[in-house]
Amino acid sequence: MTDRRAELMLGAAAVAVVLIIVAMVVFIAISAWPSFQYNGLKWFGSGGDIDAELGDMVNAGGDPTAADYRVRAWPLIYATALTTVLAVLIGVVVAVLAAIFIVELAPPRVRAIIVPVVRLLAAVPSVVYGLVGILVLVPFVNDHLISENQRESVAYVITLNGPGVLVSVLILTLMITPIMIALTVDALSAVPRGWREGALALGVTRWRAVMSVSIRAIRPAIVAAAVLASARALGEAIMLSMVSGSKGFAPQPWDGVLFLFEPLRPLAATIAEQAEGIQAPALKASIYAMALVLLVSSLMLSVGGSLIKRSLRLGTAR
Amino acid sequence: MVEFPPPVRRITPNGSPNVVDPADRQGMPEPIARATRPSYGPERLRIDGVSIHYAGTERPAVNAVTLPVRQGEVLALIGPSGCGKTTLLRSLNRLVELTPGASRQGRILLDGEDVDHLEITRLRRRVSMIFQQPNPFPMSIFDNVAYAIREQAMRRPGKAALMPRVETALRRAGLWDEVADDLGRPALRLSGGQQQRLCIARALAVEPDVLLMDEPCSALDPISTGVVEELIHELRENLAIVIVTHNLAQARRVGDHVAFMYLGDLVEYAPTEELFTRPRADRTREYVQGSFG
Amino acid sequence: MSTAPTTGGPRATPPGRRQRLLGELRLWRPLDLLGVVAAWTVGALLLLVAASLLLYMGIKGLQYVSLDLLITRPQPGADQSETGGILDPILGTLMIIAIATAIALPLAVGAALWIVEYSRPRWLARVVESGIEVIAGAPSIAIAIFGLAIFQLPIFSWASFSAADGGGVFGRSFIAAGSVMSLIALPSIFATTREALQSVPRHVREASYGLGKTKWATIRRVLLPTVKPDIATGTALGMGRIAGDTAIIVLLLGATLQLQAGSGIPGVGTLQGTGSTLTSYVYNNSPTGEGNAPEKAYAAAFVLMLLIIGLNLLVAGIGRRRAGTDLPR
Repeated sequence: MTDRRAELMLGAAAVAVVLIIVAMVVFIAISAWPSFQYNGLKWFGSGGDIDAELGDMVNAGGDPTAADYRVRAWPLIYATALTTVLAVLIGVVVAVLAAIFIVELAPPRVRAIIVPVVRLLAAVPSVVYGLVGILVLVPFVNDHLISENQRESVAYVITLNGPGVLVSVLILTLMITPIMIALTVDALSAVPRGWREGALALGVTRWRAVMSVSIRAIRPAIVAAAVLASARALGEAIMLSMVSGSKGFAPQPWDGVLFLFEPLRPLAATIAEQAEGIQAPALKASIYAMALVLLVSSLMLSVGGSLIKRSLRLGTAR
Repeated sequence: MVEFPPPVRRITPNGSPNVVDPADRQGMPEPIARATRPSYGPERLRIDGVSIHYAGTERPAVNAVTLPVRQGEVLALIGPSGCGKTTLLRSLNRLVELTPGASRQGRILLDGEDVDHLEITRLRRRVSMIFQQPNPFPMSIFDNVAYAIREQAMRRPGKAALMPRVETALRRAGLWDEVADDLGRPALRLSGGQQQRLCIARALAVEPDVLLMDEPCSALDPISTGVVEELIHELRENLAIVIVTHNLAQARRVGDHVAFMYLGDLVEYAPTEELFTRPRADRTREYVQGSFG
Repeated sequence: MSTAPTTGGPRATPPGRRQRLLGELRLWRPLDLLGVVAAWTVGALLLLVAASLLLYMGIKGLQYVSLDLLITRPQPGADQSETGGILDPILGTLMIIAIATAIALPLAVGAALWIVEYSRPRWLARVVESGIEVIAGAPSIAIAIFGLAIFQLPIFSWASFSAADGGGVFGRSFIAAGSVMSLIALPSIFATTREALQSVPRHVREASYGLGKTKWATIRRVLLPTVKPDIATGTALGMGRIAGDTAIIVLLLGATLQLQAGSGIPGVGTLQGTGSTLTSYVYNNSPTGEGNAPEKAYAAAFVLMLLIIGLNLLVAGIGRRRAGTDLPR
């Protein structure tokens, strides 16, 4: 085989990958267009029962009217943002502390066990976490944490039977934290020894040396880990459809403790559940619109992440 | 100002100023030379029969070494690779304890007080260290110099309050004129020689009593080396300095006393000129004349 | 200030450990103390959660898994005791992994080779790299929904079966799910291969050119053998992601319990047909799914975990072997 032909062949593989990706983005955008066309910016707004709207789309069948396209997706967007932000915030704090524990504090024998275990946890399929959530956490929350009073107080709007904000965020955190820990541990162990010793030689306690030099130095890696984890949390469909309660409802933080038990359903889970009805044009446009929103968000996330990383690196000239 | 506690053994002008007592050391190759000129100041650091073992090795890395470190002088540790000089240096601020499996016997006295009794961060503030590779932190020049001051304080002082001390430290390290225009610059953008002087400034900012230098010039070009050596010369007025070096010419240029170590043993300790011109031990002569090492 | 000794002169006896610890803690900022306590707490919690999760899955799995279960086909049924085994989901998972890897591997390795060894024109190389970054960050549900629409196009009617009246293409089959799944594995294979190629020292290539070898010969005879362990690592990682992905399976494999051939042609018919994998089986047999057979779900999840652990060990094994060969000989 000649060099020229080899270059063309390998180049073709690269171009094929790009074409698939471009096709994906374009295709999703075109399919989503009718939904945005009919709803405009109100698509992102609140003021409607999203579950009823999606149901009507299926009933409208193959020839929907403009009214059938009506979508007010706010509860779903809110649910996506709520679960992602809470899980990532908890996850980052836990991951940094856990990484410090693993690299700096844990006895070597514990470290030798926990690092592979964390890697394994990072590879556990989300559906397994979902299974544990629905078979262990949901019954526990239902039986022990929700009181009858609470149940009755909102019975006319929603049913509280376990799945909801608390279980979703817990399981989501459990799912995304191991990968963040693994990445942070890698970065923390790669901090040059000279920095650590330099700080210690200046009479700084080990803890302060870690916090002020090591953690500072690995901030880009922490951002990268958080971005990766956010992308996973954002796009998690199946697991959240299992433990979220699957209701197009926006939990209200001012409901106090009740907030933790209120059901919700993020965008990704909505897509997974509604994909069966994709033959109905109105529903098809709506779920592609949701997919587009997810795709664009994950895109913005990675662009934003690399901008933050660059500015952090500029500060250190590394 | 608290008075220093008396050193374990004062240096008397006429007695035997050099401290390795032959009685303490068996197998000493040669009697220790006399100092030909008076010592500069009081003894600050006393290395008293220090041995260091690494786990898994038969021979100690440092074997029963006794040495004085006086204020106002530079003590140069020389010897071939693996002779234990860096290990000895790292034991002086107990940095050697970071190495798993390392253990030390013997005492190290800072102003007469056993360093094992000192709180470790206090010790390291008084006995600071410069490393072989310049290791400025990945932050601005200002933050680097202010680092230790900030970290020591219970409450973080503001930038304005720190400025005088940062300036003093940078001036003492001879770096002020080069960086004064932009202290917010990332320290890692400086040249190698500037980075090393920044590390010296960073150590000076907390006003240590003893400065340990582990081959501070081995990663630098000749011009930067000259600048740093000049700096060491000036700094010794107010500090006791211990420098480990591979470079005999450098030891001769900056050292007031030189200690020659070989395979963990202290072979000879003498004023610089004496050790280089009239070495007592055969080993020393062979080494300084370049037949091995 | 720092020249002032902290304690008044030498002490007769060394202070005890406890006293020294307390003395040290006095110098700590409260927030730092809190941090140390938090780090230990999180560490202990991590150990606890990890151990209980793995033990729980292990115990539940061993409780319900049996050889019988592994080799019998699943049956639809309301009662857990009548729903048969998990043979088809296991086969389904293996088939999906095989199809997706077969597509992803050449594409990813080819793209990585092109990026590192040629990458002309520059702008195209940049587009390829950011494109793969997009796919790596894209939610799998978005990829799945894209695949569903693509495979429902009439030109892909060969990939699944069509309605008898020629109305619409079903768009769900092993071919559809497998090819879309390849996008999930692609980024990890691409990334590990690219990094490995970039870390091959320049002189290795120059030595090969110096012997008069062409670029292609260098790639085939020198570079590919060198980076083979890394390709294997990336592939194993990608396989893990394939085995664990649920969204694409639920949308694109048709979610029938058993393998159902899409046409009469042997072999090809199965590829055109629908089925289930371990992940979709777990999903469907959880209380939210249609099956609701928790015991079977635990058993399937256990098998899935074993598969993931196996792939993890494989990755670790490759890493260790490579570390071994890097030693000076």
